[in-house]
Amino acid sequence: MSDLTELTLAEARDAIASKKVSSRELTQGFLKAMEEARVLNAYITETPEIALAMADASDKRIAAGEARPMEGLPVGIKDLYCTKGVKTTAASKIIADYVPQYESTVSQNLWDNGAVMLGKLSCDEFAMGSSNETSAFGPVISPWRAKGSTAQLVPGGSSGGSSCAVAARLALGATASDTGGSIRTPAAVTGTTGIKPTYGRCSRYGIVAFASSLDQAGPISSTVRDCAIMLKAMASVDPKDSTSVDIPVPDYEAGLEGGVKGLRIGIPKEYRLEGTAPEITAIWEKGVEWLKAQGAEIVDISLPHTKYALPTYYIIAPAECSSNLARYDGVRYGHRAADPKDLIDLYERSRGEGFGAEVRRRILIGTYVLSAGYYDAYYLRAQKVRALIARDFTEAYKKCDVILTPATPAPAFAIGEKVADPITMYLYDVFTVTVNLAGLPSLVVPAGVNDAGLPLGLQLIGKAFDEATLFRAGRALEIAAEFKAKPEKWWRG
Amino acid sequence: MSVDKDTVRRIARLARLKIEEERVEPMMAELNGILDWIEQLKEVDVSGVEPMTSAVAHNLKMREDVVTEPNNADALMVNAPGGEDHFFVVPKVVE
Repeated sequence: MSDLTELTLAEARDAIASKKVSSRELTQGFLKAMEEARVLNAYITETPEIALAMADASDKRIAAGEARPMEGLPVGIKDLYCTKGVKTTAASKIIADYVPQYESTVSQNLWDNGAVMLGKLSCDEFAMGSSNETSAFGPVISPWRAKGSTAQLVPGGSSGGSSCAVAARLALGATASDTGGSIRTPAAVTGTTGIKPTYGRCSRYGIVAFASSLDQAGPISSTVRDCAIMLKAMASVDPKDSTSVDIPVPDYEAGLEGGVKGLRIGIPKEYRLEGTAPEITAIWEKGVEWLKAQGAEIVDISLPHTKYALPTYYIIAPAECSSNLARYDGVRYGHRAADPKDLIDLYERSRGEGFGAEVRRRILIGTYVLSAGYYDAYYLRAQKVRALIARDFTEAYKKCDVILTPATPAPAFAIGEKVADPITMYLYDVFTVTVNLAGLPSLVVPAGVNDAGLPLGLQLIGKAFDEATLFRAGRALEIAAEFKAKPEKWWRG
Repeated sequence: MSVDKDTVRRIARLARLKIEEERVEPMMAELNGILDWIEQLKEVDVSGVEPMTSAVAHNLKMREDVVTEPNNADALMVNAPGGEDHFFVVPKVVE
């Protein structure tokens, strides 16, 4: 086989199972590709020794006929997931040297399924961002470029290292996490596939916390099938996360080709937003036609509180963030300010020096909306609006099974373009954030490219714990879209 | 509702987050920009709506009240800046 890194995760699995290729060969291929692509800044930490040791162990198991579902498949891990003995930074200066003494449940599940770790992938600092520009280790650069341009584009965020690595073929798949769109936005702008499962499907244990009622782990990979394989391996009920839900994880891959005949697809009128790029509107209309042509029934639905989702999110997420990030005190772990004059000074300076601008902003907003006298006006009201947003979906699902929407309001933008005004950046998550508030699963698949050759994604939203239907509908979109575009490997020089 | 410079200093203090004096005014402007935008939630009629406190409806699990983690003080201290033996070290708090 010529370039092993061009295989999908499912193809690589089958090649390994039929002994056409060893895990070591495959892993070496990715390690070499990573080395050549360092200019993209996707990985914060590469772990070649661990990768090769895991690959060799996998090859032994394969030889012994003891292969597990992801045996020998090299993946990247978002640097928000604690990995025992391997530096985990959350892309923040405040824990830039933190070495966890325990493993996150989701990454452990991957290793227990035979996967191989290539390294730790960059993201926005504490997963707060939509473009991977807030990382303390510098922005991640998208492998995609507009036709005829060398301008650097964002890979989306916060899981921008994950989307970049999959799009540039620096991993077969990657773990990611999604609080307001952090799996789906990066997938949409890099021509990759990503799923945010239902809240509670994956354990949050060992994943650096941002907003605990919204955070959910999920994969980014190159196809719907690859995501189905990865999510099956990642999901579990976990006694260490009381919000993980004890509902059996189905074999998503088995049901993938079921088709959409008779499936009711809801099209929410509130997602027709002014300011959406014309190519996004066009691809959404195409998506509707594709599903209709395969026998789905198209239903008009209404999600009336959609416009309030982002402001609601920017109360609830910072409130939970200010509480979660209180643990970084310069005492138990992380950055500690030099020569503190007293304990308060130690706390204030350690945190002031360790956190980046966006994280500081969110901690202050969160502290304000939770402070005495403002709690009812902001936080309590936001929780009530959140209930209304969730109720919108409950009502809509009386009429449809799956909802089809755009994933982002525009294709990838240039690095630096949106950093000046936080709200412009926040608005980029307008189509993704409702799902987190309602706790629902949502899948993004690549659907086409615009005139400049940049990828465009479509989003499917499902009922709680019905990821199986989502994968089936996503597969139908994938078949119709025939997305074959790949970024040119300009970084190879 | 908008915040003034004293409020920025007060919430920074509550958050134990050092904000340099020259950053107070720009931070005030940034926070007010976000808070003004959030104000639109005031239009929503929330009368009679119960606040949503859980992303997915489920009953909180109970578990046996027993020790589940081994004594791993050594591991806990690995990342402590300035930790000594099994103690976290902080500046003197009692005169």
